[in-house]
Amino acid sequence: MATEEASNAKKLQVRRYKPEEYPEKHYLNQETGLWAWLTTVDHKKIGLMYLGSIAFFFLIGGILAVLLRTELLTPARSFMDADVYNQVFTLHGAIMIFFFLIPSVPAALGNFILPLQLGCKDVAFPRVNLASYYIYVIGALFTFVAIVTGGVDTGWTFYTPYSATTGGSVMIMTLGIFILGFSSILTGVNFIVTIHKLRSPGITWAKLPLNLWGLYATSLIQILATPVLAITLLLLSMERALGIGIFDPALGGDPVLYQHFFWFYSHPAVYIMIVPGFGIISEVISTFSRKVIFGYWAIALSSLAIAFIGFLVWGHHMFTAGQSSLANMVFSFLTFLVGIPTGIKIFNWLATMYRGSIDLKAPMLYALVFLFLFTIGGFTGIMLGALAVDIHLHDTYYVVAHFHYVMMGGMVMAFLAGCTTGGQKCSGKCTANSGPEFHAPSFS
Amino acid sequence: MNRFSEYMLPPAKSTTAEQTDALFHFINVTSLILLLGITVAIILFAWKYRRRSDDDVTPVITHNSKLEITWSVIPLILVIIVFGWGFSGYMNLITAPDDAYEIRVVGKSWLWEFHYDTGHVSVNELHYPVDRPVKLVMTSDDVIHSFFIPDYRVKMDVLPNRYTSVWFEAIETGESTIYCTEYCGTAHSNMLATAHAHTQEEFETWLETAGSEDDDLDPVERGERLVTRNACDTCHSADGTQLQGPSFQGLWMSEREMEDGEVVTADENYIRESILEPNARITAGYQPVMPSYAGSLSDRQIDAIIEYIKTLE
Repeated sequence: MATEEASNAKKLQVRRYKPEEYPEKHYLNQETGLWAWLTTVDHKKIGLMYLGSIAFFFLIGGILAVLLRTELLTPARSFMDADVYNQVFTLHGAIMIFFFLIPSVPAALGNFILPLQLGCKDVAFPRVNLASYYIYVIGALFTFVAIVTGGVDTGWTFYTPYSATTGGSVMIMTLGIFILGFSSILTGVNFIVTIHKLRSPGITWAKLPLNLWGLYATSLIQILATPVLAITLLLLSMERALGIGIFDPALGGDPVLYQHFFWFYSHPAVYIMIVPGFGIISEVISTFSRKVIFGYWAIALSSLAIAFIGFLVWGHHMFTAGQSSLANMVFSFLTFLVGIPTGIKIFNWLATMYRGSIDLKAPMLYALVFLFLFTIGGFTGIMLGALAVDIHLHDTYYVVAHFHYVMMGGMVMAFLAGCTTGGQKCSGKCTANSGPEFHAPSFS
Repeated sequence: MNRFSEYMLPPAKSTTAEQTDALFHFINVTSLILLLGITVAIILFAWKYRRRSDDDVTPVITHNSKLEITWSVIPLILVIIVFGWGFSGYMNLITAPDDAYEIRVVGKSWLWEFHYDTGHVSVNELHYPVDRPVKLVMTSDDVIHSFFIPDYRVKMDVLPNRYTSVWFEAIETGESTIYCTEYCGTAHSNMLATAHAHTQEEFETWLETAGSEDDDLDPVERGERLVTRNACDTCHSADGTQLQGPSFQGLWMSEREMEDGEVVTADENYIRESILEPNARITAGYQPVMPSYAGSLSDRQIDAIIEYIKTLE
């Protein structure tokens, strides 16, 4: 129950450093030059390199989104023909998901903050960390080759048999994403080992910052689910290159098998994208409300519960795909179960704000916008989980909207909240406040 | 409520649509109430507990088990209700009555074919009687499509290697639009068809005369009708517009270069072959995506289409 001891305690003493008190040499100017950056094993620098790369891809994906919406302003064709439009929405999806959302919080912010929050010098395998960045870059290069050599028009899901028969550079693109998967796996392994083995004395599991519980749950999904995507894309490439019938019915394969394989990764991948966001929101709301988090264990364990149940709900992407009604029933039920730990988090965050001292700085504004938009994402998810209603809404813009509420309204807001908080840690300076404070409310 | 319903959903024209809509509105209204509560709480807290000075001291509240159990159990009960409701509605949606009238559906890139028990095949127009359950048994000729009639709240993927089915019972006559909702390539968004719900007598008359209703027209006019009726114009324009296939304008007796470099004159035999075996010869610059019309167009109908193409100079 609530204790009022703190209100009688003496006033908080926070030591604030002035810029002239900063150490002369720090991680940004210890070693300079391009070569020092490219060969660095410093988790902070690698985090910043990731941050630069994903910001670049966020820009590209964003430009593609603007093109799509501009074309859709009028029902008739304005400046893209159908084939170009199909390639643009495919690239928008693939780039935003594989090159921005999945590495955004774990690889960029996680790399920077995780060792700092654990109180260790670096992640457990600094060289592997650098390797994961280069693997990410190689994967990205393949994607650019695919765009230049004919483009891809399959949608980001690469559904067979369409992806097995259409022209374009499907193989190069899937190969790029196959390679990218290893980057994700290496980061996951690195984080899990670091959290298990390199916690400072006194940081027990019960005292682990909630951001790290989020990253821990995410890393578990990354190493368990990503290999399935890799295998699936490898099989797809083998089918296209060697004509081995796995998914294409013309060769004796089964297209629904592809959907099972694909969603077995891609549903948990949604949680790779959003669970680290939960961690950041927990930290930001607690910090800027000047309150301990309400229900620490509920939030920590609900992240793990979401990670676990998230593995068992892939079938809700296939309610109209021809799977059995029994499978549909089970997947629908499990889908609703994921909603519960998610709802618990929302209520816990609200309760954390209760009787706090709320400072509406940029990160807190992003966090509040997250609460509003992500809640809409959650409720539309309940709507889609209900079988009879989903039959009507499946494969329509309702799903697109639900997904964007969760990803844009949820994950991107959490990422920006993290960036604006982390910005102070990275640069040692206060983030300029006027920009983000205008920016954040404009989303809702 | 009716206004609200019209705004949120298309008109409900089947026997099962009502129950789907009821659940839709239940979830929608419940969500809106909860969202309103959460939003008010966010704004209220952000204002009431705003930071007043840098020295604000706040209470330490770690958790409250009773409260947490409450806000876990109430949503759990709500979602179990929604699950059960959704599942029972779903069972109604997939269990077709035994006496349902069966129509075979074939999805092709990018048209819908409907095969009736008389042997008649209609393209992009589905006809059936009202007030009688209709069951569609569906399969695809190429990639995955998805059959969707928003007015009836039914949807099912159409797969190349198995049969899937949907059923519905229309409660009023009239037309509804059929959409393909699984992305299937260039002309996916044009893969539309019309569902015509007739009275029983009207339907029987239609089925008897189907396929012969244009017989007394002259060949050119008949060919023009057939081109629309068989969805040729989804991909082939009559005015030179560039679509997925070559335009019919200026096609007759022109020299065409094929993918393999061969040059062909577009005469009767070439057009006939292109209709019956579309992938035998592909015009340079186009994809081999056209489905075959063998079996669904008679020789007389092909003659009429050729006569029509001749007039498009």
